[in-house]
Amino acid sequence: MTHRESLHKAAGNGLIHRRHLLGLGLGGLGVAAAGQVLGADQAMAFELPAWSRRPGPGPSRYGQRSPHTDHIGRLAGDPNPLYPGGGASRSPLHLLQGTITPNSLHFERHHAGVPAIDPAGHRLVINGMVRQPLAFSYEDLLAYPMVSRIHFLECSGNSGTLLGASPVDGTAQSIHGLVSGAEWTGIRLADLLAEAGVLEGASWVSAVGADGASMGRSIPLTKILDDVLVALYQNGEPLRPEQGYPMRLFVPGWEGNTSVKWLTHLKLGTAPSQFRDETSKYTDTLPDRSSLQFTFPMGCKSVITSPSGQMALVRRGLYQVTGIAWSGAGTIRRVEVSADGGASWADALLESHQSEKALTRFRIPWDWQGQDAILLSRAIDDRGNVQPDRNTILAERGNLSTYHYHGMQSWAVGTDGNVRNVYV
Amino acid sequence: MSKFIAVPAMLIGAITLATCTNAAAPGAADSNQTPALGSPVSESRLADFDLIIAADGTGLPAGSGTADLGETIYRSRCQACHGENAEGRGSAAALAGGSMQSEGPPLRTVGSYWPYATTVFDFIRRAMPADAPKSLSDEEVYQVTAYVLFLNGLVSRNQVLDRDSLPAIVMPNRGGFIDQSRIQ
Repeated sequence: MTHRESLHKAAGNGLIHRRHLLGLGLGGLGVAAAGQVLGADQAMAFELPAWSRRPGPGPSRYGQRSPHTDHIGRLAGDPNPLYPGGGASRSPLHLLQGTITPNSLHFERHHAGVPAIDPAGHRLVINGMVRQPLAFSYEDLLAYPMVSRIHFLECSGNSGTLLGASPVDGTAQSIHGLVSGAEWTGIRLADLLAEAGVLEGASWVSAVGADGASMGRSIPLTKILDDVLVALYQNGEPLRPEQGYPMRLFVPGWEGNTSVKWLTHLKLGTAPSQFRDETSKYTDTLPDRSSLQFTFPMGCKSVITSPSGQMALVRRGLYQVTGIAWSGAGTIRRVEVSADGGASWADALLESHQSEKALTRFRIPWDWQGQDAILLSRAIDDRGNVQPDRNTILAERGNLSTYHYHGMQSWAVGTDGNVRNVYV
Repeated sequence: MSKFIAVPAMLIGAITLATCTNAAAPGAADSNQTPALGSPVSESRLADFDLIIAADGTGLPAGSGTADLGETIYRSRCQACHGENAEGRGSAAALAGGSMQSEGPPLRTVGSYWPYATTVFDFIRRAMPADAPKSLSDEEVYQVTAYVLFLNGLVSRNQVLDRDSLPAIVMPNRGGFIDQSRIQ
C-alpha cells in the first residue's frame, strides 16, 4: 500500500481525516512534505549563509517585521474626496495564521477618518438616566480593574459582495477581510454605570465617538451589563489610533459598528437614539420592502483562508485546508469542509482554544491530484446555529441589502490549480 | 485588589457575581470594586457636549429654519457632493426621491427610507458637511434640514421647523422597520 492509500479518506475528492493532524499519520504527511522540499532544494548550495558569519543589529526600542514579509498589508480603497477619512481597510486573512490579528493588520472602518486625540483632553461622559452624571479622564480609567477577553470583531458589511448577482474575482481578504481577532483589555462598562447609578426604567445606552462624525450607536442596556467593555488595550498595547485610542466601546459578538471607537459619550435612556448609522445604514431591506433594524449578533460563519481566491496550487500532493470560523452567538463547536461542492463533508480539526465570540482556526488535510474541486466550509456553534449556504440566504432575505451576510464561501480549484470565487 | 491579581480564578468569580447583580437590579449594583474616580458633572454643563437628539425631539436646541433659507446653505455647503437636486454622487448619498415600493431595488433616501425627521437634524449637526463637520450653527442645521425635507415633499418651502415642529413630521417609511434588538 502506498503512502497516499494509507491516509484515511474523510470525504470525497481528496479530503483526509483530521486525525492525520493529531499525531497519528503525521509521519506520513511529513514524508510527503519532505519529498517536495527535496525537489526544491536541488539548486541550493548547503554552505553557511552570510548572516551566519557576522553579528546582526542589536536589540531595538520598537520591533519591525522582516522586509521579506512587508508585502503583507491591509487592503484599503483609494482616498475618496467626497468622504474625507471615510472607508475601510481589510485584513489579509489569506496571509495570516492562528486567531489573533496583529494590530497593524486589524481591519479598519472609519466614518470621518482617525481623530488625533490627546488623551489629556479626552473625557468619557456618562449622563441621561443616571443618579449622577460623571466624567472620566483616561488617567482615571487606567486605575480601574480590568479584564482581558479574546473576541472577533466583524463589520456587518463584511462579505456582502457575495449577495451580488455574479461572483467577484476576489480574495479572502477583499471579500471577507472586515473581520479580525484580538485580545481586548478594558473596564467592564457595568462597573462605570454602577458608579453613576442607573435609574429605574433605563433600557438603552447611546454611545458616541469623538471622531469628526461623532459616530453614534444605541445598544440595549441588557447587553451593556452582560459583557460590554470600555477597551483601552488591544493585544496588550494601548489601542492604536485607528482602533479608537484612547478608548473604545467593545461589544462582543455584535456588528462591529456598535463597538464605537474614540468613545466619549454614553447616555442612558428608554429608547434607541435612531442615529443615522442605525436607521439609514446597517439596516437590511427584505423582499417585502420592510427593513430589519438592530440586527446585532453576527452570524455563525466560516471561511477557508487557504487555499482561497486568486491563489494557485503549484504542485500536486498534500495540502492543508485551513480557515477561520466565528459566531456572535457563542462558541464554534464544529466546522465541516467539502471538496466536492457540498456533496460530501468531513469534520475539520478545531484548534484547542475555542472560546466564545472568538475566531477559531480549523484545519484539514487534502490530497489534490490536479482535479477540479470546489472547497466549502460550514460552521456550527454551541447554540445549534449552522452556517447557511448562499442560496438559503437569498431565499430568506433577497439581495436588496448587503449587511450581515454569513453564508458559505465557495472556492473553485481548477485543473490548472488556480483558485477563484464561485457560486454553487 | 491585590488578592484579585494574585488569584485570577477569584477575579473571574467576582466578575460573574457582579454581572448577575447588575443584571438583576441596575442602579443598585455594587461599585465597591472600583476606585470611584468619576467626576460629577451637571447636565447643564453638558449642553454643548451632548449632541444626541432623541426621536421624540428631546435634545433639539433652540432656533428654527425654513427650506427657503436652507436652500442657500445647501447650494454652498452640500450641493458639491450631494448634487444640484440631492440626487447623490458616489459615496455622497442621494437625499431625495425614491420609493420603497418601486420596481427593482429601491432608492433609499431621507424621504423614502429614513424613519425619523429628528435623525436628519442629528446627523447633519454631528457629521456634516463631511469636509467640515460641526461648522453649521444650530439655526443653519434647522434650515438645511428643512430644505432636505422640502426636496422630499415633506414640508413646504416656508414651513418653520423648530424643536416642536420637526419631531411632529411623520416620515413615509416610519412603519417600515422591524426591531430585531430583542434577538441577542
